[in-house]
Amino acid sequence: MGTPQLRVTCARPSSRPELGAESGACRLVGLRMRGGQGAARAPVIQFTNCRILRGRALLREDLWVRGGRILDPEKLFFEERRVADEQRDCGGCILAPGFIDVQINGGFGVDFSQATEDVGSGVALVARRILPHGVTSFCPTLVTSPPEVYCKVLPQIPVKSGGPHGAGVLGVHLEGPFISHEKRGAHPEAHLRSFEANAFQDLLATYGGLDNVRIVTLAPELGRSHEVIRALTALGICVSLGHSVADLGTAEEAVQSGATFITHLFNAMLPFHHRDPGIVGLLTSDRLPLGRHIFYGMIADGIHTNPAALRIAHRAHPEGLVLVTDAVPALGLGNGRHTLGQQEVEVDGLTAYVAGTNTLSGSIAPMDTCVRHFLQATGCSVESALEAASLHPAQLLGLEKHKGTLDFGADADFVVLDDSLHVRATYISGELVWQAEEARQ
Amino acid sequence: MRLVILDNYDLASEWAAKYICNRIIQFRPGQDRYFTLGLPTGLPRNHPESYHSYMWNNFFKHIDIDPNNAHILDGNATDLQAECDAFEKKIKEAGGIDLFVGGIGPDGHIAFNEPGSSLVSRTRVKTLAMDTILANAKYFDGDLSKVPTMALTVGVGTVMDAREVMILITGAHKAFALYKAIEEGVNHMWTVSAFQQHPRTIFVCDEDATLELRVKTVKYFKGLMHVHNKLVDPLYSMKEANGRRLDQNSA
Repeated sequence: MGTPQLRVTCARPSSRPELGAESGACRLVGLRMRGGQGAARAPVIQFTNCRILRGRALLREDLWVRGGRILDPEKLFFEERRVADEQRDCGGCILAPGFIDVQINGGFGVDFSQATEDVGSGVALVARRILPHGVTSFCPTLVTSPPEVYCKVLPQIPVKSGGPHGAGVLGVHLEGPFISHEKRGAHPEAHLRSFEANAFQDLLATYGGLDNVRIVTLAPELGRSHEVIRALTALGICVSLGHSVADLGTAEEAVQSGATFITHLFNAMLPFHHRDPGIVGLLTSDRLPLGRHIFYGMIADGIHTNPAALRIAHRAHPEGLVLVTDAVPALGLGNGRHTLGQQEVEVDGLTAYVAGTNTLSGSIAPMDTCVRHFLQATGCSVESALEAASLHPAQLLGLEKHKGTLDFGADADFVVLDDSLHVRATYISGELVWQAEEARQ
Repeated sequence: MRLVILDNYDLASEWAAKYICNRIIQFRPGQDRYFTLGLPTGLPRNHPESYHSYMWNNFFKHIDIDPNNAHILDGNATDLQAECDAFEKKIKEAGGIDLFVGGIGPDGHIAFNEPGSSLVSRTRVKTLAMDTILANAKYFDGDLSKVPTMALTVGVGTVMDAREVMILITGAHKAFALYKAIEEGVNHMWTVSAFQQHPRTIFVCDEDATLELRVKTVKYFKGLMHVHNKLVDPLYSMKEANGRRLDQNSA
């Protein structure tokens, strides 16, 4: 596959002039700004009286942080002969890697798919308001929209490190418009598209460019999807299968072409059938590339998936499960009508519907609620529940060395939880960015 | 000597820990008064099973010791003999070792003072005996070729200079070594036997380790347990320690 030609359909400054065959790692150069020079002189903080999630288990260990990264205390002791500058007692709480939400459409009245003049402040608002949910990194998601919207919105959502201002932006998740008509769910029919004519060029023309894009959800049964999937994968963009009527064979071919994710498993796809399991069958498929397994998003809000279905998926393939909120702008707001993409949404308690229908329109359960519900519904270990919201999304995006983990050298993005997995405090790069009311002295 | 016999490994460990705790409290350490604890040395650094990792995970990370007060022989030093000499000097500068805690190998060695080591030896480089290499193989996935063959170790003489020595011996595989160490004579083939000539030695062991001893020996020391147990009565503070008088049964 040669270098794709960039065809800009609207005037905008490009932060990345060349678009070559970058690997996933290159796309996150903006996130690794802390640490490095001068870190050795930064204060050492020792979090004590806690249990940390490390090596897939909850260990009674202290967490050491310096310069925004997790520090190896043994090296500090023997090589630098230093002790901590500050100790913080965590009151016996659990310290887990910060949650990573790879599918969130907005919240608190903000709709990422709305082409406003100042998309940036909307993203910033959501970034700040999800800190109490334990989310330290996220992928703002855009639903099916016309090209003008992508053109206007995408450049305003750059990749950004997290901090006291809010959770970090890992890149944008584009859900649509190259999806199945039949399985469009809440996506507006008028703006669905295909790339049959010019494959990747059509995609590029629709989005106006792929800077800042991290994940693309598409339906693999659409003509020429393989070329598109390969092109996106070559650029380090994660391809996800969703809103599709693909059968298992088509789905497997898509994975072989490079797809690595399934968008909200069970929702907006053919139901599992014992003679053709469809996309769901990828969880146990034996035709995936060697050494790779599929990741799949699940909305564990208690509404989008029956707990029994959640358990089937989890038991079939626990290492691939990624908890997502798929939260809509109504997240954090009360009952009533709100805007999602190009459509209206009705919120009633814990459920959001496409106004005037019975079609679910995204979830309004915060990430920590999803983690708790997931734990309770599957009866899995606390470690598994926490990994589904942190390690697995990090692995999906190839970030597991720095995010979603409390290993030495990783970014110190973590969340303090009590035994019932309620968030007591959130830290990004070793800095306290949110604290529960009762925890404040 | 004192021979303290507990039922099993866990009880023996607990007894020893409490004893050390009490000794430290009684010593009344302070800003300018350090309790010097001696421990035997081990594997080279930068190995996952390195002694540094072992000491960090099992001891240092649980306490608030100043890293500058933790001295470990560096097996990667360029001049090994100089490293050993410096170590001896550091011990002297610290005022000597107050309590040395160690175990014994199946061949009766203390630290890495293999059979044949001089009983007045100092800190130095030792080539390990096959017995020791075999015992350490489990840390290297059972691959004998990966086990280090040399080690830096404190000498028998170095340990004899400590004001008090505690030897921990558990398991049936150590029983013969314990027998040789305390029921036979002082012999450089069983270097632990040197402590028969130390004024304050205490051996802490479990039932299995006594399997090769005379019934008479075991009965005698078991009969003294009520006295031994007074040594581990909890001392919660320095103040309390001053107000109590521990039974000083003859060593």
